[in-house]
Formats: sequence, structure tokens, C-alpha cells
Amino acid sequence: MTAQEVRLCGLLLQEHFGEVVERIGTHLLRGGAQNLRTIANETNTPLDLVKKSLCVLVQHGACEFGSGRRGPGSPVEYRASCERVLRVLRYPRYIYTAKTLYGDTGELIVEEVLQRGHMTMSNTVKTVADRLTHNMEEGRSMEYSEVVSAFSKLVETHFLQRCPPVAEMGTAATSTNPATPGTPAASASTAPPTAESNPDCYKLPHVTLIGRGKRRRSSDDSEEQRGGKKAKMDSESCGDEGIYWQVNFERFHQHFRDQAIISAVASKLDQTSSEIVRTMLRMSEVTTTQTAAYTQPLSANEIFRSLPPNYSISRPILDQYLSLLVDDPMEFVGKSGDSGGGMFGSRSARIFRLLLRKRHLEQKQVEDFAMIPAKEAKDMLYTLLSENLVQLQEIPKTPDHAPSRTFYLYTVNQLPTARLLLQHCYKTVANLIERRLFETKENKRLLEKSQRIEAILASLQASGAEPEQLTEVEEMITAPERQQLEALRHHINKLDSTENQVDETVFLLESYIFSTKTK
Amino acid sequence: MAGRGRGRGRGQMTFNLEDVGIGRGDSLPPTTFKPSPLFPPMPVQPVPLQTGEEVEYMLALKQELRAATKTLPFYIRRAAPKRDVDRYSDKYQSGEPKDSTIEWSPDWSRLPKELCIKVRENRGKRPTPQVKRTKKPLVGKEEILIKLETLEKKEEAVNSEEEQDEEKKKTNEEEEQADEEDYEEDFEEDTDYIMSYFDNGEEFGGDSDDNMDEATY
Repeated sequence: MTAQEVRLCGLLLQEHFGEVVERIGTHLLRGGAQNLRTIANETNTPLDLVKKSLCVLVQHGACEFGSGRRGPGSPVEYRASCERVLRVLRYPRYIYTAKTLYGDTGELIVEEVLQRGHMTMSNTVKTVADRLTHNMEEGRSMEYSEVVSAFSKLVETHFLQRCPPVAEMGTAATSTNPATPGTPAASASTAPPTAESNPDCYKLPHVTLIGRGKRRRSSDDSEEQRGGKKAKMDSESCGDEGIYWQVNFERFHQHFRDQAIISAVASKLDQTSSEIVRTMLRMSEVTTTQTAAYTQPLSANEIFRSLPPNYSISRPILDQYLSLLVDDPMEFVGKSGDSGGGMFGSRSARIFRLLLRKRHLEQKQVEDFAMIPAKEAKDMLYTLLSENLVQLQEIPKTPDHAPSRTFYLYTVNQLPTARLLLQHCYKTVANLIERRLFETKENKRLLEKSQRIEAILASLQASGAEPEQLTEVEEMITAPERQQLEALRHHINKLDSTENQVDETVFLLESYIFSTKTK
Repeated sequence: MAGRGRGRGRGQMTFNLEDVGIGRGDSLPPTTFKPSPLFPPMPVQPVPLQTGEEVEYMLALKQELRAATKTLPFYIRRAAPKRDVDRYSDKYQSGEPKDSTIEWSPDWSRLPKELCIKVRENRGKRPTPQVKRTKKPLVGKEEILIKLETLEKKEEAVNSEEEQDEEKKKTNEEEEQADEEDYEEDFEEDTDYIMSYFDNGEEFGGDSDDNMDEATY
């Protein structure tokens, strides 16, 4: 839990859940596992607010609780998970992926589950059907069965999974409930059960949901409330109480990784080879665990059989491609931290890439291979060195390490460099968020004014006003103010878009570090 | 003897300066006297942002998500500080939470018991239970009051029939008039005076019919 990570988590929590949760969350992240009283005392927050925040954090999976260190009798301790909070940055990417794979229905399902942390299937289906109905034309509504089918597809491909059952804890005051049949041993262990340890984690509950989405009309509010209450009571009788579903981030990450590999191959070789790689990856989806360094070995025959028919790749061509892929020095299964380009210029990127390939080089050799004049090469190397992207390795010729008789080799340590870059990325995103908050605060008055005017315009239009009235209201914002607003919007969009794109780099670096670490 | 070379030329170092790359006669950059500028001009321009439909869509998603989370019950605001006097507009104006209830109901079986907080009920639900609730204790209190009064009257040996009629009238009136219960409620609960000591004077007229010699205080 580095300082940069904690800072970024704090900003994300504040944006999505408010300041109270942010304070509690950062306290837990910095301090490790703590119990309720300690948190309340050290953060000077009233106990009720602490309880509310912890409920929110647990609901979203950012916090876990377990029995205390001193054994089952001690008070419950809470642990926050930095990694889970950082996932919030990636929500738009998950939702967009669901959209590309399963259409609007899938997109809304994933969005609802992400926003609520975890939900029952019946709840999700109803909410999504209502939302879809709201966006459809008058007279049409969404069948529950369609939503259910999209949901089941998501579960089958493991994008959604059941929440792990909660281990029973015996607190001193209350009597211990008998442990649920699924977790007889979990109460004894200190580690919380993961979702994967539940054998039922991808099994759909047997629930029949029949109905259509309800359209919400502003005139029918009172009816809607009663209807809403009825819907709530219906869900209680739906039969899937206690079975909560959450988004399986690892599966999405696997998908992103596969996409990245395929696009890397496509850009390095050509489209056909990327298709081959895509086929290989799809075949090994089921057989390989997510954290494996290499996929299971596949024979050329199997690949040939599974190739998509419209590509018409004949057998000898396939063999050629496979040999090309094998010989490729990039070893595209591993990811290299290739981010030296942007900040130091493409020439420095060239030097960096060269060093990655050749591992150790002397200064003269760097100049020769990179075809960069000596002075500039020296300059760039020192800049890279000062930023710690490149390290100097001394190899003495004589035992007294005399500088004139020592080789100085430049080298790149990939793992520490990747870690360094990852921390830089976290810092970048945190800075972006802070800048965005600053910009918003500076122009708060202007933003509020424009919001009010939009509300007035909308209400005027709804009640059918003349165009002169509308133009009059619109003129309440002067032209320079309009320009300022436009510029502000442009800046905020840019900052947001940058956050999304830096997150892609974060993902690459994180997966690289994770896969290299476990070897 | 040590440090004699200080200030003259560049100073002695343990390694050969030429190997590092600073040759003879090269000038070093000038010493700085102030902190580096806040936004130094960048020698290399950053790579431009990606654009395209995908990027725009994800941007829109991100902004919508951000706006939506502010309206969800998971966004916790501190309870508004209590103002000195309860104002009438409080009922209609503020959307901020005033007490420590939680606005959504999590599955309490998945959370440790110590986190359990009362769930805030919807405004729509409140009037009906309240009226029912206040009816019963009121009736109970009325019964007790009536019993106390009857006991008092028995001690003073007043005409019991008259009392019973009056009591019946009272209980009938009170049970029929549901509207006045709010008034009764304030009457009953918000005052500091102990209700059983309150003598509303209806028995006073009855006493004087009996020609008692004792003085009434």
C-alpha cells in the first residue's frame, strides 16, 4: 500500500461515496486491520457514521471483516482492500466490454451490479427491465425473460459470479449460529473465503421471473410507489434470497489481456496471425487458469480445426505462421514495460527498447546500435538514469575497481522499472482527479448558473412556451460566460478521457507485475 | 592541508571527471538561485490522446457513473448540524439526513451484528403506523386517568353514577374524535406537567352539588 495508491484510493472513495467513507477508507488502508471502536476513536467520527461507511464498503467488496487477532472472542476486525478500490477506475471499461459482447442488456446488467456492489438476480432483472422499458418507445416494454437470458449468458461465461458465503463468526455476546453447510471449515480459518472456493459460484438459481418492465410516468407516481412496494414484496417471494451476484473482475481482466495480445500481434505481424492467436486463446479459455504464464499446449491440428471458416487458412500456411510466432523475439505472452516513449521522446524510447532486447550495453554500443549521435545519446542515457528507468552495472577489470579500467554497462531491470512506472501512473491519475476537482470548484458558480438555466429551459419547454421566451432565458448566459463554460467542459472531458487511458496502462503494468512476480 | 583546493577551479573528486563525460573546458550549467518553475516548458510533447467512438462512449459512461453515484444511498453525507431552533421549513426543505439511520437495507446476515443500524422508513409509510400507535397508549392512559379519578371520587364519596356517565361520555368522545388525537397527543406528551395531577374542573361542578361543609381548596 504505497502512498500514491492510498492517495488515489482516497480520491476515488470521495468521489463515489462521500467524504465520510473516504476518511474511514483511507484510515483502514493505512492502518491495516482494525476493529470498530478503534476506527471511531482514531478518526473522530461518530459511531453511527462509521457503521454506515463500513456497511457501504462491505457492500462494495472494498472491505472485509473477520474475527479479531486474539481469537474468536475478540471484536470483529475490518480490512480494506486497496486493489478493489482501484478497480473503480476501470468501471467504464467493464461496462463497455459488456456492451460489445452482450449488447445493451448486458451493459445495463453489469452497470447495475457495479453500482450496487452486489445484487440478487431478481432485483437486477427487474431494475434492468425497467430501465430498458424507460428508454423504449411508448407502448413497448421489456420482457423479463430477455434480461434473464442475458444474465445467464454473463454467468455462463463467468463474467458474473456468486458472492462468497460469509463465514460465521462467534462474537462473545451473541450465540454462534450453526455454520451453513457450505462453509464448515471456513469458520475456523482466518482467511475469508474467495468466490472461487464456492463450488456453486457459477450456478444460476432456479427462479422463474415472469413479467415485463414497468414504465415510470410522472403522473402515476403514487401508483408507481404502490407498484414499487408490490414489486419489493414479490422479490421476497422469488426464492433467490441470499444469493448475491458480483462482477468477476478477473474474468474481465483476462479478456482485456487477450485483446491486448491479439492487437499486439496484429500490429507486429498481420491480421491473419492475430486471428490464429485469437483462436488459440479462445480454445485455452476453459483449460487455462487465469494466472498461468503460458496457455496449455495445443497441437497444430486442434488449432486448424478451430479456425474460423471465413479465413480459409490452409494447413501449410498455418504451420508457417505458427513457426513465425514461435520465433518472434517479443514473446508476446509476456508483457514488457514499454512506456519510455512518451516522456523522453521517441529516440529515448529507441534506446530503451534496445536495452530491453540486448540486456547490457556499453555506452559506445548504445550509440552505434541506436544510430544516434554520441552527444545526444549520452544526454538521453543520463536522463533515463536520473529517472531510474535505466541502471548502471559496473564490471571491474581490476580488483581495485579503478574507474578507468571498469566496464560500465547500461541495463534495464524490468520488474522494478515496471513497478516504478506503475507508481507514476497512480500518481498521474490522482493528479488528474485533483485537477478536475480544482477546475470544477473554481467555476462552481458558473456551473450552478448554467444548471439552473437548463432546468428552467426544460420546464418551459415541457409546458410549451414560445420561442421568444426560450431565447430570453438562453440569453441570461452571456457570450463570454458561454465560452468559459465551453472551455471548462472541454478541459474536464480531456481530463476524464486521460484518466481512462492511463488506466489502460495501469492495467498492462499491473498484469505484467503480477505475472512476473509469481513465476 | 585538506580542502586547500576549495574554491579554485572545480575541485577534486575521487574519480576521473573525463570518464563521466565532462571534458576539460566544458562549462557546467549555471547555479540556480530560486526553485524550479511550477510549469517548466517541456522538451518533449506528450503523445496526443486517443480519440474515437469508443473513447467518447467510455467518457460519457464515466461521467454518467459519477453523477449517478451521488444519488445512490451509498453516498454518505454527514448529518446536518442541528440549528438552534426547529424551523417550519425544515420539514420541506432539506434533503440532508438528520439522524443516523441508513437509507438502504443491506442483507444483515452478511454483515457482522455490530454494524446493524435502524433502517430509515419511507416518509409515505409513517402516518398510518403512527396513528394506530398513538391510539392504543392514549386509550391506556385515559383508562388509568379515569381509574385514578374514580378512586379519588370514591374517597370523597361523590355520586358514582354521575361519574360513570361522565366517564363514558369522555371515553366515547375520545374514541370517536380521531382528529383531535394530535391535539390530545401534544397535550399529553409535550408538557412538563404530570397529567395525573391535572384536574380539568369537570368534577368541580359535581362536588358543589353535595353541600359539603368541608372547604374546597
